[in-house]
Amino acid sequence: MPIIKAEGVSIRYITGDFRDIGLKEYVMRRLKGNFHVKEFWADKDITFSLERGDMLGIIGTNGAGKSTLLKAISGIMVPTGGHMEVHGNIAALLELSSGFDKDLTVKENTYLRGAMLGYTRKFIEEMYDEIIQFAELEDFQDRPFKQLSSGMKSRLAFSIACLVNPDILILDEVLSVGDGAFREKSGNKMKQILASGVTGILVSHSVDQVRDLCNKILWLDHGKQVAFGDDVEYLCDAYEQFLRSKKLPTSEEDMKKLAEGHHNWLAAKRQENARKEAEKIQKAIESDDSEAALQAALQIIRKNRPELLAENIQ
Amino acid sequence: MSQIRDSIDRFQKNTFLFEELVKRDFKQKYKRTVLGMAWSILSPLLNLLVMSLVFTQFFGRNMEHYTTYLFCGNLVFSYFRESTNSGMNALMANSSIFSKVNVPKYMFLLSKNISSLINFGLTLCVFFVFALIDHVPFGPHFLMLIYPVCCLVLFNIGMGLILSALFVFFRDITYLYDIFTMLLMYMSAIFYTVESFGPTVQKLFLLNPVYCYIRYFRIITLEGRIPSLSYHLLCAFYVVLIVGIGGLIYRKYNHKFLYYV
Repeated sequence: MPIIKAEGVSIRYITGDFRDIGLKEYVMRRLKGNFHVKEFWADKDITFSLERGDMLGIIGTNGAGKSTLLKAISGIMVPTGGHMEVHGNIAALLELSSGFDKDLTVKENTYLRGAMLGYTRKFIEEMYDEIIQFAELEDFQDRPFKQLSSGMKSRLAFSIACLVNPDILILDEVLSVGDGAFREKSGNKMKQILASGVTGILVSHSVDQVRDLCNKILWLDHGKQVAFGDDVEYLCDAYEQFLRSKKLPTSEEDMKKLAEGHHNWLAAKRQENARKEAEKIQKAIESDDSEAALQAALQIIRKNRPELLAENIQ
Repeated sequence: MSQIRDSIDRFQKNTFLFEELVKRDFKQKYKRTVLGMAWSILSPLLNLLVMSLVFTQFFGRNMEHYTTYLFCGNLVFSYFRESTNSGMNALMANSSIFSKVNVPKYMFLLSKNISSLINFGLTLCVFFVFALIDHVPFGPHFLMLIYPVCCLVLFNIGMGLILSALFVFFRDITYLYDIFTMLLMYMSAIFYTVESFGPTVQKLFLLNPVYCYIRYFRIITLEGRIPSLSYHLLCAFYVVLIVGIGGLIYRKYNHKFLYYV
C-alpha cells in the first residue's frame, strides 16, 4: 500500500488586493464593483505515489510549486482538485525556524514544537536529552530563543524533526543548515533514518544532494509535472541540462536529448580540463623545466587514473 | 476499539499542545513578571472604584447595594471585553505556525481564553469579598452562578471564533469592534438600572446577551432568587447561536485562512 498517493492534485491560490484591505474598503469596492480576486494554479494535475522507505526528491526552479505541494502533503492545504492520500504521521520541516517563539527558552520551544508535531508529553520528555545533544545545544537550554544564532536555530529544528521518528519526513531546503560538520552529521542522520524505513520527501536546489539521497524524482515546472520516475540519474541529468538550456522537455525524446546533452556537456568539460592540463605540461616542457612537468603529469594521473599509481597498487 | 484508542490518543496529543500553548501565552502576556499578573486583577478593581465614586458622589445614586450592582456589570463586561479582544488576535498571532504546521487552529483561541478566564476567576473571588462587605445575603442559590459563568465562557469562545476569523479577513475589525464594545457597554445597564424604562424597552435589553448574563448575576446576588427556566433557555440560546456561527466559520475557512495572512 502506498504511503503517499497523489492523484491529479491541483492547488489553486487566490491572490488579489484583498489581503490588506479592511472591511470598510471591502464594502466600498464591492459597491463600486471593482473588487477583483485573481486565481492562479500553484500546482496542476500532479500524480505520484510513494512506498514505504522511498525518498522522493522534488526538483524545479523557483515558483515551480514545490513548497505548495509540500503543504498539501502535510495537510496544511487541501487540494482544490484531485485526491491526496497520506498514511502515517508527518514531521514537516517547512522553513525551519518559523513557529518558534523568540521569548521562550530553547527547552520550552522544544516542547512546544514537539506538541505541534503531534507527540505526547511523555514521548518528548524521553527524547529531550537526545534532541539537545544532537543539536549540540547543551549549554543553551535555558537561553531565550532569540539569543541563538540562525545556525543553532536550524540545528534545533532539524534535530526535533529527525529524532521523533516520524513515518514521513518532509525536508524543505533544510540539509544546507549549520556549519560543515553539522551538515555532514545531518546528512548521515538522514541516510540512517531513510535506511530505517521512513518515507521522505526532499526539496533541494542542490542536484547532487538529490542524486545522493533520493530514489525517486518529481520534476515540477510552473505548477506542472514534467516528470516522475525512479531513474534518478537520468532525470537529474536532464534537469541539469534544462537549467542550462532553459528548454522544457515536452516529450520522452526531448528528455533523452536533454540527458544526452548533459552527458555531452560533461564530456566536453572533461575534455576541456584535459586540454588545459596538457597545455600546462606542454608549457613546462617548453620552458625546459622537467621537474615541473613531471609533477603536473603526476597530479593528472593522481586525479584521473589513481589506480595506476604505485601507492594504490597493493 | 481502535477508534476509541485513536481518539484518546488524539485527545492526549491535543492536551499536550494545549498546555504548551497556554504556558507560552502566559509567558508572553506577563513577560515572567509578578506585577503583570497582579495588575490584571487590580485594573478592574480600580475601574470599579472610579465608577462607584463618580456615580455615588457626583450623580448621587443612592440605590441599596449599588457597589455590588456595579460590580456585577463590571465583572461580567470586563471579562467579555478582555476575552474577546485577546481572542481576536488568536489566529493572526499564530499565523506563522498554522501556515507551516498542521495543527487544530481553535487551540490557539482556547489557550488565549485561558488567561482571561483565570483573571475572571480571581476577580470573581474579589467580587464575593465585596458582596460580603456590602452585606449581601449569601445562600445556597449562589451555587447557581456556575450557570451564567459557563454560558459566559462558551459565549466568549464563540465570539472569539467569529472575531479571530474576521480579523484574518479584515484588519480594521479591531477598530470597529472597539466602537461596538463601547456601544454594547452603554447598552448593558452597567451603572444604571433599567427600571426607569418602560416594559417594552426593558424587554429589548434582553436582546443583548452580555446584559442577560449580567442580569443573571444580579438576580442571584441582589434579588436572592433563581431566574425562571425560560431565562436559562435564553442564556443557553445565545451560547448555541454564537458558538454555532463561529464553529461554522472555522469549519468552512479552516484551510483558507492561509491565503489571507
